Amino acid sequence: MERRFVYMDYNATTPLRPEVKAQMIEDLELYANASSLHEAGRRARSRIERSRSAVAELIGAKDPERVIFTSGGSESNNTVFATMFHLGRTGGRKGIVTTKIEHPCVLNAAKWLAEEGFPVTFLDVDEYGVVDMDQLKQAVGPETLLVSVMAANNEIGTVQDIKAIAAVAKAAGAYMHSDATQSVGKIPVSVDDWGVDYMTMSCHKLYGPKGIGGLYVREGCPLEPLIRGGHQEHGFRAGTYNNQGILGFGLAAELAKTELEGYVERVGGLRRRLRDGILAAVPKCRVNGHPERVLPNTLNVSFPGAEGEAILLSLDLEGIRVSTGSACASGSLDPSHVLMATGVGPELAHGSIRFSLGRDSTEEDVDYVVSRIGPIIARLRSMSTVSY
Amino acid sequence: MSDAFAWLYSDVVKEHFTNPKNVFNPDEGFSHNAEGMTGNIKCGDQMLFMLRVEGDVIQDVRWKTYGCASAIASTSMLSEVVKGMAIKQAYNIKPNDIVAKLGGLPDNKIHCSVLGDKALRAAIDDYLSKNGRSGEFRNEGARIICTCLNISDRDIEDAVKGGARDWNGLQERTKIGTVCGGCKEAAEELLHEYVHIFGDA
Ligand SMILES: Cc1ncc(COP(=O)(O)O)c(C=O)c1O
Ligand code: FES
Repeated sequence: MERRFVYMDYNATTPLRPEVKAQMIEDLELYANASSLHEAGRRARSRIERSRSAVAELIGAKDPERVIFTSGGSESNNTVFATMFHLGRTGGRKGIVTTKIEHPCVLNAAKWLAEEGFPVTFLDVDEYGVVDMDQLKQAVGPETLLVSVMAANNEIGTVQDIKAIAAVAKAAGAYMHSDATQSVGKIPVSVDDWGVDYMTMSCHKLYGPKGIGGLYVREGCPLEPLIRGGHQEHGFRAGTYNNQGILGFGLAAELAKTELEGYVERVGGLRRRLRDGILAAVPKCRVNGHPERVLPNTLNVSFPGAEGEAILLSLDLEGIRVSTGSACASGSLDPSHVLMATGVGPELAHGSIRFSLGRDSTEEDVDYVVSRIGPIIARLRSMSTVSY
Repeated sequence: MSDAFAWLYSDVVKEHFTNPKNVFNPDEGFSHNAEGMTGNIKCGDQMLFMLRVEGDVIQDVRWKTYGCASAIASTSMLSEVVKGMAIKQAYNIKPNDIVAKLGGLPDNKIHCSVLGDKALRAAIDDYLSKNGRSGEFRNEGARIICTCLNISDRDIEDAVKGGARDWNGLQERTKIGTVCGGCKEAAEELLHEYVHIFGDA
């Protein structure tokens, strides 16, 4: 196949949808401070509230007021953990239960609470990345303040049974938080069906702009602002409204909702095509993550005998953009904490690649990747000290 | 260094990554009389050097590497550099010599990817030991870290290979830092590096 550029890193971020981009450019005219009382301000505010409704609808929240706009997933997650710090500090429950496979913004926030003297449990996952429910039930008790489990994993795509996990948290009287950054817009998400008290979202994963995200907070659940200041977002998140970001988020959410069914079907089909193609093209590779309960767009594969960064850069030279499961390329030399938690061992963890598809992916993209991966792995294996 | 956004590494690294020199190919029938392996899969890099040495000169070399692009490139570069070199000189090659020849590497890549010099030394040691000259180069290129007790980087490396994993373990084996203590920072840095490289071996 002829050389082409293929973006298969949608879990890292997505391109801005042309419709969203066009609308955002038009809305640049909407410069007024949405807190201002004059007509221009009220107009901006009204658009922001429309966005809030669209986001609320996407996640099945009946009351849009329960959605707070933040700068993204990291801020939303940190706001929840900061809230727990304030709650736990003043007495009562202090236990935090989370997992070993969370995004670094949750892991590091949890480690911060551990340093502050909170008892923190990092739950194990099985070989597919599914949370160990027995261990969860043992870990959660009358001392538990928060259970925080991501809805779907960014590296391997495994989807957790948040409903069952939330039921355990609720039965113990603990708050339930889920980082749904990778789930919103990819699988059906319902805060009520899942029974979460807090839920994190990020707009740049669903074809909207970067630097904008949301936090769902169930009525009656406490929230401590991370950023103090004005009365924006009911005082829970100060700072002049990010008009363009919020409008982009609203539009992206609206489109994501109407297209979800088609997305799951089409992208899921591409994922299967990619998986089957790679398995046929490369002997002895291994698909990571759960075989069924997995995001429709995420395919994580280990190629024993070859190292992830070398594979990534070889693909890059062919115009294919992917991520390693290993964080080696991004600065840390330790193999992916997610894959290590699934027990694959350092060699398979180092030799893993995350292919994440998106709404612009095509069969031609998939076939091109399949045509290139075989020779790349064969070349790296021929140089390798590791036999497989 | 070229634009990091154009490519992660220098053009020289890219060239050695895409067209590595002297890779071992089993069909080629390469004959060698020494080999050495080093590295740690946990860190993601492992290297094997095979040498044909005649009259204490490296006549030819082949290698294999499990590792990232910079590991492959640095091993390839090293293999070019040592061809025709006296083993004593080759024994003194430092990671930084290779990094410089590659046109630089990102800091976080230097520890793990430039294991080639260690694999090379292991291969030369193998040659020496096969010829009844074990340990002859032991202090070649060694750098004294603890001046009070005359303890070198090689001694620290040996201690780690012998099981030292932390400062106490290192002190038990070498007594390093027990006089003025001024070497502790430098020694701990090396200790950390060697544990990373040899920790699982
Ligand atoms: C699971 C998960 N949580 C949180 C984040 C962070 O989101 P943001 O980039 O919006 O801060 C990401 C994005 O990489 C993610 O994948
Ligand atoms: S330099 Fe090591 S103890 Fe003085």
